[in-house]
Amino acid sequence: MRLVKSGHVIDDPYVRVADDAPVPDDRSVIVSAARYLANVAEFAGRTAPTGVLWPNNRRVAEIVPHLSKLALVALEFPKFRDGRAYSQARQLRETHGFRGELRATGDVLRDQFMFMVRAGFDAFEVKKEKDVAAFANEIARKTVFYQPTGDGRLPAARARHLRPAAPGIAGHGRG
Amino acid sequence: MYIYDELDRTLLSERVSEFRGQVARRLSGDLTEEEFKLLRLQNGVYLQLHAYMLRIAIPYGTLATPQLRMLAHVARKYDRGYGHFTTRTNIQYHWIKLEQLPNAMADLASVGMHGMQTSGNNVRNITTDQWAGVTPDEIEDPRVWAEVIRQHVTLHPEFSFMPRKFKIAVGSASHDRAALRIHDMALRLHRNGAGELGFEVMVGGGLGRTPFLAQTIKQFLPTRDVLSYVEAVLRTYNQFGRRDNIWKARIKILVHDLGPEAFAKEVEAEWLPIKDGQLVLDPAVVAEIRSRFQYPDYERLEDSPKELKDARAADERFSQWVDNSVSNHKVPGYAIVTMSLKPEGGTPGDCTAEQMDAIADLADRYSFGEVRVGHEQNLALPHVAQRDLYALWRGLDRVGVATPTVGLVSDIISCPGLDYCSLANARSIPLAQEITRRFHDINLARDLGRLHINISGCINACGHHHVGHIGILGVEKNGEEFYQITIGGRADEKARLGTLIGPAVRYGEVADVVEDIVAAYLELRARPDEIFLETVERIGVEPFRERVYAAR
Repeated sequence: MRLVKSGHVIDDPYVRVADDAPVPDDRSVIVSAARYLANVAEFAGRTAPTGVLWPNNRRVAEIVPHLSKLALVALEFPKFRDGRAYSQARQLRETHGFRGELRATGDVLRDQFMFMVRAGFDAFEVKKEKDVAAFANEIARKTVFYQPTGDGRLPAARARHLRPAAPGIAGHGRG
Repeated sequence: MYIYDELDRTLLSERVSEFRGQVARRLSGDLTEEEFKLLRLQNGVYLQLHAYMLRIAIPYGTLATPQLRMLAHVARKYDRGYGHFTTRTNIQYHWIKLEQLPNAMADLASVGMHGMQTSGNNVRNITTDQWAGVTPDEIEDPRVWAEVIRQHVTLHPEFSFMPRKFKIAVGSASHDRAALRIHDMALRLHRNGAGELGFEVMVGGGLGRTPFLAQTIKQFLPTRDVLSYVEAVLRTYNQFGRRDNIWKARIKILVHDLGPEAFAKEVEAEWLPIKDGQLVLDPAVVAEIRSRFQYPDYERLEDSPKELKDARAADERFSQWVDNSVSNHKVPGYAIVTMSLKPEGGTPGDCTAEQMDAIADLADRYSFGEVRVGHEQNLALPHVAQRDLYALWRGLDRVGVATPTVGLVSDIISCPGLDYCSLANARSIPLAQEITRRFHDINLARDLGRLHINISGCINACGHHHVGHIGILGVEKNGEEFYQITIGGRADEKARLGTLIGPAVRYGEVADVVEDIVAAYLELRARPDEIFLETVERIGVEPFRERVYAAR
C-alpha cells in the first residue's frame, strides 16, 4: 500500500492484523478497536509501534486514556460523504493533544485532502493512484482560510490584521 | 452592503479553479458521476429534469447593483434570460450546460458571488431579515453576525460532509421576518437583564416529511461565544445525526429523538473544552466585519413629504401601491420598498434579465445601489427617499414589479415543482398562476387582507407549505397529482404548523378549494380587520372543513 505521509509518498511501514491473526512482536501494527481495548496491557508491553483502527461511530472518549501508548490512530471514511471522522480527528488532535500519526482510511479522494489536513490528519491511504501524485498540488492550491483549526493556518480575520488594508472590490460600488 | 476584500476574492477564485479541475476530471472519466455529484453539489450544481441547475448564494439577501447586473448577464449568456429567486434568498438558473458552469462561476466570482454551499450536506446560505439594517424594530443589524458565521462555516474542514444540509437563520427584530423557527439552527439577537448582547439559540426546526419547530436550547449566549457554540452544535450533529436514512438525517430528528434537554447537554459537553479557545470572538474582528457593511449617507429629510402626498392624491394606483408595498424605515424621510415578483399568472420568484437590469438602474438612482432578496421570493429596495417614491414606482411599474399584492392572497410562495424539479411529485407553478388569476381583483384581495399561500410540489417542502396560512402540498397517488391542504400555519414569531383541512383533492380542484376557504373566511370572520389566520386561530379548522367539504 502506498501511503502519503506528511506530504511524501512512502511504503506503509504498518501491517494490519486481523482479529484472529497473531500480532508480530517486531512489526508496526494496526489492530481493531475491539481487540486493542480487550488487550490494553498486552499492547502496552510491545516495543514496536501499535496503531488502532477506530470506527467512526464510536466516541473517541473511549480511546483517549490510551493515546499516550499509541503511535497511530486510523480513522475511517467508509464513504466519501460520511464525514464523522473529521470531528473525531479534531477532537483527538485539538482537544486531547494526540501527536502520533493520524491516518485517513477508506474512501479518500484528492478533493478531501485539504479538509483532512486541516482537521489534523497527516497520513492518507489514497484510493486512486492519480490522486496520490496530486497531493502536493491540492494542498498548495488553497491559500485562504476563514476558520482556525489546530493546523495553525492563519484564518482570514487574523490575516487582515497583519497586512495593510486591501482595497475593497471595485464592482461593489457605493452604498 | 458588504465589501469583500482581496482575501475573499482569492478564496473564491481558488474555489472556481478547483471546480474547473473537477469538471475536467468528470468529463475525462477520472471521477464517477457519484463522486462528482457530491463535489458539484458543494458548489450549488444540481442535475434536474432537463439540465443542470446552478444555485447562487445571496448571503443575508443583500445585493449590490453590480452583482444584480451580473445575475442578469449570467441569465442572458448561460441561461434562457431569467433567474428564479428562492425561499432561501438564493437565485437559481435552470438551464445551464455543464461545460459552461466554470465560466459562469468565474463571471459571478468577479463580483464576489458563488454557489458554494448552496447545496450539499454542509451549512447552507445564512439567511436573515430582508429589512436588516433599515427596519425600526431591530436591536442591531443582524447581517454582521450572519457574516461572522458565514465566514466561519465556509469550506469548514469539519462540517462539509455532515449527515444532511444545515440551515442557519439570524434574527434581531421584534417581528420575525426570517422564519427562525423552521431552521436547523436559529439565533435571535437580544439583550439580557444587564443590557449585554447575546443570542437565544434554537435548534431542530425544519419542514419536509416530518415538520418540527425549533426548540430553544440556550436562552442567552454571549456574542463572544457564538462561533464556539455553533461549532459545538455542528460537531454534535456531525457525529450523532443519523446517516442510515436520508429522511431521518436532519438535526430535527436527532433533537426530537434525544429530546431538547439531552441534546443541549451533549452540545454543552462539546462546547466546554473549546469555549475559551481560539474561537472566542475578538471584538476587533467583529468591528472589522461591521465596518465593511456600508450604510448610505442619508439626507436629513422629513417623513411624508409634500411630493408624496400630492402624488398619492393624484394617482390612485400609486396610492394603492404605497399602502401595500412601502414600509417604515428607521431613518426619517426614507422608506423600504418591496418589489413583487408575483404578477398575475406569473411564476413566483422569477425575474428576467431585463427586470434585473432595470431594477439595478432604479436602485442606483433611488436606493444607494442596494437591493434585498426576501424569503417570500420578492425583492426590496432598502433606502428610498419618500419624495422619490412616485418616480420609482413608475419605473417599477414599467417592468412589472409593482403589483400591489405584497402579503396578500396572490403573494404566493412556491417551489419550482414538477415543471423543473426531479424530486417533485406534482406541479406547483401552474397552481400558483391559476390562484393569482382567480384573485386578480385587487379590491377583493385587499378586503381579504394578509393571507399567505405556500405551495410545495413534494414532501421536501421547499415551498414551506406547513407554515402557509393556507398550505398546499402536492403528492402522488396512483400516478395522479393530488394536493393536501392545510390552514393556520405561520412562520413568524408565533410560528406554528398548519392543520390538514380534509382529504387530498385533484389538481383541477385546488383553486376551487382555495376559493371556498376564502369564502368561508369572509363569512366567518368576526370583523373586517380580523385576518384569515386570526379567524382560524379563534374558531379552529372544523368550521372551514364543514364549509369546504360539504359539497364535495
